[in-house]
Amino acid sequence: MQGETEKSDHIVPYGTYVNVWIALMLLLAATIAVAKVEFSKYSVFANLLIASLKAGLVLFFFMHLKYEKWVLKAMLFMVIATLTAVIALFFADVMFR
Amino acid sequence: MSYERGAIEKSGEQRDQTGAKYGMWFFLFTEILFFGGMFILYSVFRAKYTQDFHLAAGEENLLLGSLNTAVLLTSSLSIALSISALKKENYRLSVQLQTATVLMGLIFLVIKYFEWTAKISKGIYPDSPVLLKMSAGQILFFGLYYVMTGLHGLHVLIGIVVISFMIYFTKTGNVTSGNFSKLENTGLYWHFVDIVWIYLFPLFYLIT
Repeated sequence: MQGETEKSDHIVPYGTYVNVWIALMLLLAATIAVAKVEFSKYSVFANLLIASLKAGLVLFFFMHLKYEKWVLKAMLFMVIATLTAVIALFFADVMFR
Repeated sequence: MSYERGAIEKSGEQRDQTGAKYGMWFFLFTEILFFGGMFILYSVFRAKYTQDFHLAAGEENLLLGSLNTAVLLTSSLSIALSISALKKENYRLSVQLQTATVLMGLIFLVIKYFEWTAKISKGIYPDSPVLLKMSAGQILFFGLYYVMTGLHGLHVLIGIVVISFMIYFTKTGNVTSGNFSKLENTGLYWHFVDIVWIYLFPLFYLIT
């Protein structure tokens, strides 16, 4: 029955998850450090960038996206692209009203 | 024998574990758009009332917020490990890791409770006389704070209940190395809730 299991069913080693967790903790420390340093326009950008890195790690490793087929990746991309487009249109509407 | 199908158990029962997983992802897509709407509101009002948001965010407790982030990130690790343990047929370890996840979820909610009560004792809650005297931007900030962290907290609570069922299912042999969809989907949900918090944390606690 070994051949029945597909690629995404494979077992992720414990060590991979622990390494991802360590990276997440380091990014948490980094984001707090960035916020503690003087507030500027760039700290908003830096904090959101770090948040996206953390979300990416959770998505790709904890949620197995790395091991999924391209179809699922494409669908998730479309959802995020839709949300981004809506945010952009919303801002355009508010700013140029 | 289709390659697409999940493992077929000795009983001969067929399961479409891929289909189950994709179904969960579709649900999560709707959740992304659900929380996304609130993130749009936050960013538009933040752009409009930058100074008020800056002032109001000063009320947030950075220590408790950071602690909660660490707790939730660690709980994501434990639920991920519990699925690997399950697939390796180490059921005892899987149950322990799921239990740890539930405990961390509860710790998250207890910390959240202290944060909320601290604010409420200061008179800051929706429609309170103290809040209504504040500027429009501050009212919006706290309104969004309560709605977004409240709905997120509700998701954490639902996750705790669902994982508790998974502990029961793993103990009774309903969830096994060959039938892991329920636990895997629970894990996906829990990680999604973690991702929402990953964004809530900088927006309410850090970008002050």
